[in-house]
Amino acid sequence: MTCLPGKTAKSLGLVIDLDTCVGCQACVTACKGWNDRGAELLPDENPYGPEPSGVFLNRVHSYEVTPPDGPAWIVNFPRSCLHCEDAPCVTVCPTGASLKRAEDGIVLVNEDACIGCGLCAWACPYGAREMDEARGVMKKCTLCVDRIYDESLPPEDRQPACVRTCPTGARHFGDLADPDSAVSRLVAEREGYALMPGMGTKPVNRYLPPRRKGPGAAPVLAPLEGKATGLAGWLDRMLGKL
Amino acid sequence: MTEQPRVIASAPTAPAGPGADEIRKTTCYMCACRCGIDVHLKSGRVVYIDGNRDHPVNKGVLCAKGASGIMQVTAPSRLRSPLRRVGPRGSGAFEEISWEEALATAVSWMKPLRETAPEKLAFFTGRDQSQSLTGWWAQAFGTPNYAAHGGFCSVNMAAGGIYTIGGAFWEFGQPDWERTKLFVMFGVAEDHDSNPLKIGIGKLKARGVRVISVNPVRTGYSAVADDWYGITPGTDGLLILSLIHCLLEAGKVDLDYLARFTNAPMLVNATPGPEQGLLVKNAGSQPFVIDRRSGHPAPWDGREVEPDLGAEWQGHRTVFQHMAGEYLKPEYAPEAVAARCGLESARIRALAAELAHVAFDQAITLDRPWTDFRGNRHQDMPGRPVSFHAMRGISAHSNGFQTARALHLLQIVLGSIEVPGGYRLKPPYPKPVEAHPTPHFQAVPGKPLTGPHLGYVRGPADLALTPEGQPARIDKAFSWEAPLSAHGLMHMLIPNAHAGDPYRIDTLFLYMANMAWNSSMNTARVMEMLTDRDEDGYVIPRIIYADAYASEMVAYADLVLPDTTYLERHDCISLLDRPISEPDAAGDSIRWPVVAPERDGYGVRGFQSVLLDLGARLGLPGMVNEDGSAKFRDYADYIVNHQRKPGIGPLIGFRGEGSAEGRGAPNPDQIARYIEHGGFYQAHIPEEAAFYKPWNAGYQDWAVDLGLFDSPQPYLFQIWSEPLRRFQLAAEGHGERQPPDHLRGRLKQSMSPLPLWYPPHGEAGPEYPLHALTQRPMAMYHSWGSQNAWLRQILGKNYLYLPTAVWQSGGFRPGDYARVTSPTGEIVVPVAHMAALNPQTVWTWNAIGKRKGTWALDEGATEANEGFLLNHLISELLPGEGRVPNSDPVTGQAAWFDQKVRIERVGPQDHALPDFPPLSGAPHQPPARGQISSKKFAKNLRRFLGLNGGKGAP
Repeated sequence: MTCLPGKTAKSLGLVIDLDTCVGCQACVTACKGWNDRGAELLPDENPYGPEPSGVFLNRVHSYEVTPPDGPAWIVNFPRSCLHCEDAPCVTVCPTGASLKRAEDGIVLVNEDACIGCGLCAWACPYGAREMDEARGVMKKCTLCVDRIYDESLPPEDRQPACVRTCPTGARHFGDLADPDSAVSRLVAEREGYALMPGMGTKPVNRYLPPRRKGPGAAPVLAPLEGKATGLAGWLDRMLGKL
Repeated sequence: MTEQPRVIASAPTAPAGPGADEIRKTTCYMCACRCGIDVHLKSGRVVYIDGNRDHPVNKGVLCAKGASGIMQVTAPSRLRSPLRRVGPRGSGAFEEISWEEALATAVSWMKPLRETAPEKLAFFTGRDQSQSLTGWWAQAFGTPNYAAHGGFCSVNMAAGGIYTIGGAFWEFGQPDWERTKLFVMFGVAEDHDSNPLKIGIGKLKARGVRVISVNPVRTGYSAVADDWYGITPGTDGLLILSLIHCLLEAGKVDLDYLARFTNAPMLVNATPGPEQGLLVKNAGSQPFVIDRRSGHPAPWDGREVEPDLGAEWQGHRTVFQHMAGEYLKPEYAPEAVAARCGLESARIRALAAELAHVAFDQAITLDRPWTDFRGNRHQDMPGRPVSFHAMRGISAHSNGFQTARALHLLQIVLGSIEVPGGYRLKPPYPKPVEAHPTPHFQAVPGKPLTGPHLGYVRGPADLALTPEGQPARIDKAFSWEAPLSAHGLMHMLIPNAHAGDPYRIDTLFLYMANMAWNSSMNTARVMEMLTDRDEDGYVIPRIIYADAYASEMVAYADLVLPDTTYLERHDCISLLDRPISEPDAAGDSIRWPVVAPERDGYGVRGFQSVLLDLGARLGLPGMVNEDGSAKFRDYADYIVNHQRKPGIGPLIGFRGEGSAEGRGAPNPDQIARYIEHGGFYQAHIPEEAAFYKPWNAGYQDWAVDLGLFDSPQPYLFQIWSEPLRRFQLAAEGHGERQPPDHLRGRLKQSMSPLPLWYPPHGEAGPEYPLHALTQRPMAMYHSWGSQNAWLRQILGKNYLYLPTAVWQSGGFRPGDYARVTSPTGEIVVPVAHMAALNPQTVWTWNAIGKRKGTWALDEGATEANEGFLLNHLISELLPGEGRVPNSDPVTGQAAWFDQKVRIERVGPQDHALPDFPPLSGAPHQPPARGQISSKKFAKNLRRFLGLNGGKGAP
């Protein structure tokens, strides 16, 4: 019901390194803090009660992986809007509130036009949208559109709050349409992938896969050579090296 | 009267971005990392917090807790007024009183104690910041009974490090992140020193450097490690000594490093008698080495001496030979230790091979000339780029001290400490034992102690014992039960005070120590001790508690002093206690009131200012002027004007006229200058002094100039520890001071002068087959996060995680609870399956469980129903004779992780057990943020369809 812009001039998005993400949740509350702005723009229902339910535009999940040839391990998986090229959350929107920008590809919600019907959340296969029950409007990751173009911020701060705060540097921001951008090169080097490509949404964001885990390749240690035995023999061989 | 510090309280400190009027730069306290934060304010309210890019600790990043600090200010659990208990202790019935009344009450309790028996006041602080103030206050009061919470938490790491290398893990050093080529973590928890560690791991990942984790649980940092050794808890020391065995066997040890920088070439006295096992000394009482060129004794610090590691002199052999003789024994071979450690022997050999390969085949060299303390000039700085980090996983066992020593020994034989690519210490470390004080403990009515409480004993003569040989301190620190307990034993405070062992006290004064809940072993019993009565009233007659929040402990206090949050007070993060140094710079920082400390109708005061006020009312030396008036207006005044020694104060920056660093007269503009400078100060170490610090003449001179030492303190790493051997000699019957017989055996074993491994003392028998651990999550720090509306949405419920075999054999299903039993108690708790776990280990997140009615959470909150603590299972005492603490026998560190349990399925339940009655809760603040109304979809749909009103609502 709402049209996509076709090819966008830029494809701004995130590259998230699953080899490096320790699951610390820093990006979750930095996002919450920036987008809430002390004004409850991302409200929390029942914040001190049995089932607190707040709006978070970015969440981190931890999954256990049990490979056939090694011990189990944990993958920490940050999840937020992937700013898809073929964003079903946009096309499903009955009012035009859900939109993808032609200039940079960011998917946004125009809250003035949003009726809070929730269709976009149903359409999104990634669960990346959350309802602001207080205002009856849908909320989602904006790639901190109010940071990245803000010339009152120092240039190094013109990036999403989640990227700025990430302690391990697992989150990267840039133009994925530009093959020479740092993020595109990182994706090429590390074989970054799109999430659930079979859904046909063409996500912009990329995930860098965990590196191979397991034993190193150091040569086996050989005992010191020599005929004499016991501590005295070992000392002779060892201190002969000094 | 001292000059008043001038504080800029209103000037913007940085331009603000959208949505804020200004940014004020201060120091986080959502955990103990001390990151620099930019607090964004609008109309005087906090609207956002992010990391300070210029700050040395976090370099702009911030963790989940730090960004959630805004919710601490608005938390409904905040205390709002001083409180006096009006109902029975533990009932939570209080009345609000004025500060004047509260302080007068405290003074009326404390003053008679100071005049008659100062030891009857016990002052313990749950967090160990501001320790240079709190310790100084307790010293002035004259009680020997003071410590922070380190005995609970970290003292094995601190003491194991200080006694071996003159520095420790935790945040007191860090890998050379830029140069290391292999990083190995042992038992590294995720809570602390969390942002620096995360930044470091990120740097290694960006360079593709291999990271290995040794940890029973594969979460967090272990999850991203390239390789994982899922070790059985309590056996890390055995693994480490086996790695040393493999390195010795293969000759992969750094002989040059051992000869020059350690006591490996010193001689161990072989003559039976009271000197046996001590280092052989010359007529000047100095240990010496044998010069390999002459075969004769030569000074250990002599220029151009070539120490002979293989020397034998008059029947005495070198430390090196003792070390090699010990660890080459077949009992340390991987094949001998593998099963005990829960690892395969080939995997242990592979780890040793990796360490050796990187240390010796991939060595690096920095082109930086330097001069050592012996006067020898070196053209470059060779480095072995293997680095380690370790934390509570090895620390919280009763063999943790010797395990920490073993890990330092592993680093030493690899030659990887204080070298490029290795582990680097941060000022004021490196610092030898000899540069630390010994404990001071003699209480004299009306007088201060003659020195600081906490210190590093050199031998039995330094123990804190009465003339009758009884422990002088209420926690029995520095007694035969815990001779090297450099941080005290906070976990024994309440049990000992209740038992009157070694004596009764009158007033318990606690700051930020939630001892009625997650900060005690055997919590249910501790709650009884706090309310237990005898014919005279409560067994612990008076309890004063200072905290900012309505924690479980508040209900057990007789007098509550409400603290501010960290955004509303002055603080200093000082070189005198626990600074924010980096390997290349000494550093300290401040907090200052970036928002007003008072909201309408509420009166809270920063605890440090309250403490100074109390000190002045008590007339404590250093806190009053000659006319008896208060010397310091508040803590800010103290920070600026207090001098520990002439020219040395809490902060090193902007002293004197403003340009003096380290040493200099008090500067009334100091705090303003810190604020202008982003809240911190760094004194940078010259490049030629940045490595080899214990032996680097340039570093030693720099440290003296800065005021860290009064004279150069070069020293050698202590592979062989004489202080330990002195206790072993006592246990063998030598010397005047003798341990009680029931402790002789364990002293002989645990006080080995060479690192060793022994099975943890607190492990129960085979009927309790599983190890039970807790971890602190990265997104929540101890109990502080639970009242935080954002953080509790991330982690508001804890499970006991069970390994696959236990899950399957017990017939567990999702949604089940389990009964968990130890010799001390029983709990019934929710369980979940986790495969990435040592097969003999169960674990949970620490301190998520809360008592009903506390922290201003609804009684239905998950934390108060399904949430639980393991603490109920953990005894503070070992079974057997005497009241011997369940602690490391060397340092007294609480041995939480020795815990063993058995479990059985009980099926689905709706709440955990034990289920304590709700606390009615102290008066606290209503939520500052409005509760959110329900869905407004219908209203908005009507709006869209034009049925009513405009847009932008509400």
